[in-house]
Amino acid sequence: MIKENKGSALGTVILGIIAVVFLFPVFIVLINSFKTRFAISQSPFTLPDSLTFVGIENYIKGVRDTGFLSAFFWSLFITVFSVGVIVVFTSMTAWYITRVKNLLSRTLYLLFIFSMIVPFQMVMFTMSKIANSLSLDNPIGLILIYLGFGAGLSVFMFSGFVKSVPLGIEEAATIDGCNPFETFWYVVFPILKPTSITVAILNTMWIWNDYLLPYLVIGNEYKTIPIAVQYLKGGYGSIDMGAMMAMLVLAILPVVIFYLACQKYIIKGVAAGAVKG
Amino acid sequence: MEKTLKRWFPVFVLPTGIAFLIAFLIPFIMGIYLSFCEFRTVTDAQFVGFVNYVRAFTENSDFVNALWFTVKFTVVSVISINIIAFALALALTRGLKGTNLFRTVFFMPNLIGGIVLGYIWQVIINGVLYNFGYSITSDATYGLLGLIVLMNWQMIGYMMIIYIAGIQNIPHDILEAAKVDGAGKIRMLFNIIIPSVMPSITICLFLTITNCFKLFDQNLALTAGAPAKQTQMAALDIYNTFYGRIGFEGVGQAKAVVFFLIVAAIALLQLYFTGKREVEG
Repeated sequence: MIKENKGSALGTVILGIIAVVFLFPVFIVLINSFKTRFAISQSPFTLPDSLTFVGIENYIKGVRDTGFLSAFFWSLFITVFSVGVIVVFTSMTAWYITRVKNLLSRTLYLLFIFSMIVPFQMVMFTMSKIANSLSLDNPIGLILIYLGFGAGLSVFMFSGFVKSVPLGIEEAATIDGCNPFETFWYVVFPILKPTSITVAILNTMWIWNDYLLPYLVIGNEYKTIPIAVQYLKGGYGSIDMGAMMAMLVLAILPVVIFYLACQKYIIKGVAAGAVKG
Repeated sequence: MEKTLKRWFPVFVLPTGIAFLIAFLIPFIMGIYLSFCEFRTVTDAQFVGFVNYVRAFTENSDFVNALWFTVKFTVVSVISINIIAFALALALTRGLKGTNLFRTVFFMPNLIGGIVLGYIWQVIINGVLYNFGYSITSDATYGLLGLIVLMNWQMIGYMMIIYIAGIQNIPHDILEAAKVDGAGKIRMLFNIIIPSVMPSITICLFLTITNCFKLFDQNLALTAGAPAKQTQMAALDIYNTFYGRIGFEGVGQAKAVVFFLIVAAIALLQLYFTGKREVEG
């Protein structure tokens, strides 16, 4: 018994050390965001002192140079509406192609699955040109593009769950006089809730952090947070490391808050998504 | 009900279908066609056959180097990520104190975007190398190691979550029976735990291989391919071919098709192995 306790105490200590190693990079970025750019490149591992401490100067400069506030707004706008649109429309599509058995449904299903294995580089050039010529190169148009790109995984995950929804419930709703639209929204969609949460979380993680797609489609006029961070690098590879550190902190902060608030759902969703994907 | 539902096709399928057509299907088909064409924009294409594919490999050695670098990075990262993630999952399924807190911490980096991750590690690695008078772009080895460390930091927690789910699904009586039969820890691990979590291992291998192979953001932010394109991975090379110089759009598209075929082959292999085991099990 005593031996067992010793073993588990040692285990906790070792895991504790690993946890510190895991948190270390974020901690370094945080302390450096309050230092002069010179001190950041020369001694990034020391705490700010009276010589190197610059207060929130880096934050002010970074926010001003990158237009961080508008980037934050656009990131939030694009993520929230894209995820909402994806959950609403792909769940409807998944229900339809699972319930209506014909060649078109089967073809669509296979195409959605196929799209999941195609790397973005394959379509980035043609997609951004098409988006441009259809005037989709704005935040609203980007939502439509995210619906198309997110459709593969989302339809696939919803379809997997729809198969387990008993037909009897849907038939009862039809007999009670619901049309398919009402049947879906009043009966099926509430049952799909766990999958909706998983789909929403996986798509949020993807869209919030996505860089290349929004950069190619709307990057000339609008910045999201990843675009704003990359923008700091400038044309000739010179970076204001002070402003960069401050922007990294501001980019990580919303993610950490979201994570701590929805941790249970995120970890469950990621595990569920992986098993199905 | 199916007949009534059929008439509702425009409501249920059309929005997703149109978006899918515009964002994926048409660009994909055009992409295949354009890889056989010479073009600047998508409207001035001239069919040239396999010229772009030949140029992708012969014009310079960028693409071959990038693919080779990608393979090296992927092999090392996949092995280290999965071993460390599996070890952590074993440790976190023993009911130790603070298990939930550790799980929260280990998973956290996975939520941070690739661009941000790249700059975080650039500061740290440059900070270490500064003491020796180097920076991450002085030598390709530093860039490779940096990418591997970064990828480990990002993906270990994710794979750990999947392994934990797999380990927790092992029926308790099997483990008890093995213990009663006097199986040691090592034998338990190799004869019972690992065979029982094979589905999780397949998923994790596939996720790590494809994520490493397609890596772009982290590569762009950490080294952007420096020095002299030596740390440029395949995705970044394709991007630079498209947007770096005018006149290489067709070559870029041909490289993209080759890249797609490799990724698709990996996916089919995964499907084959998963299917095979499901039949056996």
